[in-house]
Amino acid sequence: MKSEARIAYLFAMPWILGFLTFLLYPVLASFFYSFTDFSVLRPPRFIGIENYKEMVQDEVFWMTIRNTFTYVVAAVPLSATVAILLAMLLNTKVKGLAFYRTLFYVPSLVPMVALGILWLWIFNGEHGLLNMSLEKLGMSKPPNWLGDPAWSKVTLVMIAMWGSGNAMVIYLAGLQDIPQSLYEAADLDGARLVAKTRHVTLPMLSPVILFNVIMGMIGSLQVFAVPYVMFPNGAPARSTYFFTTYLFDNAFRFQRMGYASAMGWVLFLITLTLTFVALRMSERQVHYDRS
Amino acid sequence: MPVNIRTIAISAAALGVLGYLVYRSEDATTRKPVANKVTVLYWEKWTGDEAQKMRRIVNNFNASQDRIFVKMLSISGVADKTLLAASGGNPPDVAGLWDTQMTQFKDAGALTDLAPLAKEFGIKEEDYIPGYWKLMSPGGTLVAFPTTPASTALHINKKFLKPGEEPPKTLEDLDAFTDRISKVNNGKVELAGFLPAEPGWWNWGWGYWFGGKLIDGDKLTVNSPENIRAFEWVLSYSKRFGVRETQNFQSGFGNFSSPQNPFMSEKVASVMQGVWMANFIDLYNKELPWIAVPFPLPKDKQHLKGMNFIAMDTLVIPTGAKHKREAFEFIAFVQRQDQMELLCSTHGKNSPLVKVSEKFFNTHLNPYIRLFDELARSPNAAYIPQIGIWPQMDSELKNAFTEINLGTKTPKEALDAAQARLEPQWRRYQQQVMNKSITTAEAQP
Repeated sequence: MKSEARIAYLFAMPWILGFLTFLLYPVLASFFYSFTDFSVLRPPRFIGIENYKEMVQDEVFWMTIRNTFTYVVAAVPLSATVAILLAMLLNTKVKGLAFYRTLFYVPSLVPMVALGILWLWIFNGEHGLLNMSLEKLGMSKPPNWLGDPAWSKVTLVMIAMWGSGNAMVIYLAGLQDIPQSLYEAADLDGARLVAKTRHVTLPMLSPVILFNVIMGMIGSLQVFAVPYVMFPNGAPARSTYFFTTYLFDNAFRFQRMGYASAMGWVLFLITLTLTFVALRMSERQVHYDRS
Repeated sequence: MPVNIRTIAISAAALGVLGYLVYRSEDATTRKPVANKVTVLYWEKWTGDEAQKMRRIVNNFNASQDRIFVKMLSISGVADKTLLAASGGNPPDVAGLWDTQMTQFKDAGALTDLAPLAKEFGIKEEDYIPGYWKLMSPGGTLVAFPTTPASTALHINKKFLKPGEEPPKTLEDLDAFTDRISKVNNGKVELAGFLPAEPGWWNWGWGYWFGGKLIDGDKLTVNSPENIRAFEWVLSYSKRFGVRETQNFQSGFGNFSSPQNPFMSEKVASVMQGVWMANFIDLYNKELPWIAVPFPLPKDKQHLKGMNFIAMDTLVIPTGAKHKREAFEFIAFVQRQDQMELLCSTHGKNSPLVKVSEKFFNTHLNPYIRLFDELARSPNAAYIPQIGIWPQMDSELKNAFTEINLGTKTPKEALDAAQARLEPQWRRYQQQVMNKSITTAEAQP
C-alpha cells in the first residue's frame, strides 16, 4: 500500500472505528436480537420469528403503522409544497432578500423539544394563540388541536411545515441552477408565470424535489421528538402513537428489546421499499440535465 | 503528500492519548477515589431542590465516618441509564428509582436481593409501615428501601365550602359538591368542583375506590365489574361538563409545579393529591385556604375506609454494583429515624417508618401530616399492581381512560379491549421472563 494511502486510512481511522463500533455492530446485533426475547439484562433467548409473528397480530403495531403513514402522506407533500413556494419567493429580486432567507431558515434550527413546548402553547385549546385568533375571526368553536383525535395529527402536520427551512435552502440552490436562457426562451414563446413554473421550473427542479421528498419521507417515517413531547403516550386515544414511539416504548418502557429490534428492521424494510418505489415511479417525471 | 516517520509517530501518539483518555474517562468522571476511601457511586433521579435536600443526607453520611465516600449524581432518565449501565457491567452502587419499576427491574434480574444485608444491619420488616414494606419487596424479595414515601388525600379549596359545611364524606357527596359549585359559562368551563382526570396520575386506579383490583393473584381483572363501575363514574364527569368543553378546559391547565396548577389557580376546587402538595401550595400560592381529608368512598363501599394510594421513591443496589456492602451501609444510614425524618420533612412527605417522633409531626410543613401518616398505615391503602408488565398495563389503562372520556368507547368496551390486549402480554411475560409454564387452559383467552 502506498504511504499516502496509509496515512489517509490513519486519519480516517477514528471515523472507521466509530462506524464499526457504533453503527455497523449495533445494526448487525439488532438483526440477531430481532429473533430473540431480550430484556437487556438477561441473555437473549432465541425464539425464531416469534417477534415478527406477534407483530402481525399486534393491533397497536398496525395502529402505529396507520398513524405513521397518514402523517407521511400529509406532511411530506405539504412540506415540500411550502418549501418550494418559499424558495420561489426567495428567488425573486426583492429588497432585503438575505434577511428573508435567514428569517425562513431560522425556525428549522430550533431544537425539536423546544419546538414541541412552543407549539403546545400555540395550539392550546383554551389559551392558545391560534384559537384566540380564530375566535377573533368569528369562529365560535375552534378545534381542540391537542385533545381531539380528529385534529391531533393535523396539528403535527402543520408543525412539520414549520421546519421547511432546510428543504427550502436546497430548493433555492436548485432554482438558482436553472439556466436563465430557458426562461428567456419561454418569454419569447409568450409563457406567463404559471406556464414557466410548470414547463421550466418544476421539470428542472425535479431531481431536487425527488431528493427532498425521499429525505422528507425517511424523516417522517421516523417522526418521534415532537409527538413524544406534545402528546405523551400517543394521546389522545393513541391518535399520535407513531411507529418509532411504539418502538421506543417496547425497547425502554416494556424492556422488550427483541421486539423493538424486529420493529426497527420492519421500519428499515418499509423505508427501503418506499424509496425504491419513489425512485421507480419518478423515472419518467424527473429530468436530469445530461448535457 | 509527503509522509514521514514523524507524522506517523505524532498521529499514533495522538490516538494513544485519545485512547487513554477514553479508557480513563469513567474513573475520572464518576469514581475518582477520595483519599483512600471507598467511593460509592449514587445516581439519583431527583434534580433541583429535592436533589439538594437528598445531598444533605449524603453529606451527613460522608461526615459520619471516614471509610466510605458517597458520590451523588443527579441523573435524568435514571431508570433507563441504570438498566443499560447494569447490562454493560458498570452500574452505579446505589440508584434512586421509583416504586413503579421495582417488579419489572426485579424480574429482569437488575436488582440485588437486600435481605441478607438488611439482616446483617438489623433492619427488620416490623420497622416499616406494612404497605411500604410490600412495595419494597415485590414478589416477596426485598430489593429496595425507601427514600421518601407518600400517601394521598382529597385536597379542597375551603373557599368553595359554605360556612360550617362538612367536606364530602362519600363519593356521592363529592359529585353533589361538584354540581353545586362548578361554573360553565357560554359553553366554557370556568370552574370544576372536581375532575377525575386531574392531575391524571391515578387514572389507572379509580376501580380501587369501588372495591376493584387490576390483578387478583395471577389473574388480570382489568375489566372486572368494579372497574367498569369506576370508569362509568369517570365518564359521568366528562358528560357533566361536555367532552369537548372538558378537553378545552383541561388544555388550559398549567404544569403541576407552577402557579398555573389548576388547584392553585383555583380552576379546580378539589383534587386528589399526595402529601407533597403542601410544599407546592407553600411555594406557589401561600394564601390558598385548603384542607385535606380522606378521599371519599361510594356510599356502598364505606367498609374500605382508609383507602388511598401509597407510593414511594426507592434506593436500590443494581446487579453488578462494585461496592454492595458499602452501598448498603449508606442505605442503612438513610433508614435511620433521624435521617429519614430529616429527609421526609424537607421533602414534605410522611415517614415510611413505624416509629415517628412527635417533633416530626409538630414541625412538619404539612398541617395534615398526621392524616397522611394515618392513611399510609391503613390496611386498605392501595398501590400499583406488582406486576412486571405494569408499563404495558399503565399504557393500556391510560388509553382506555382517554377513549372513555372522549366517548369513543363505553367503559366496558374500553376495559374489555385493555384486558384482551394485556392477557397475551402477561402470558408471554410469565413464560419468557418468569419462566412459568402455562397450561393450555390458562392460555385460552
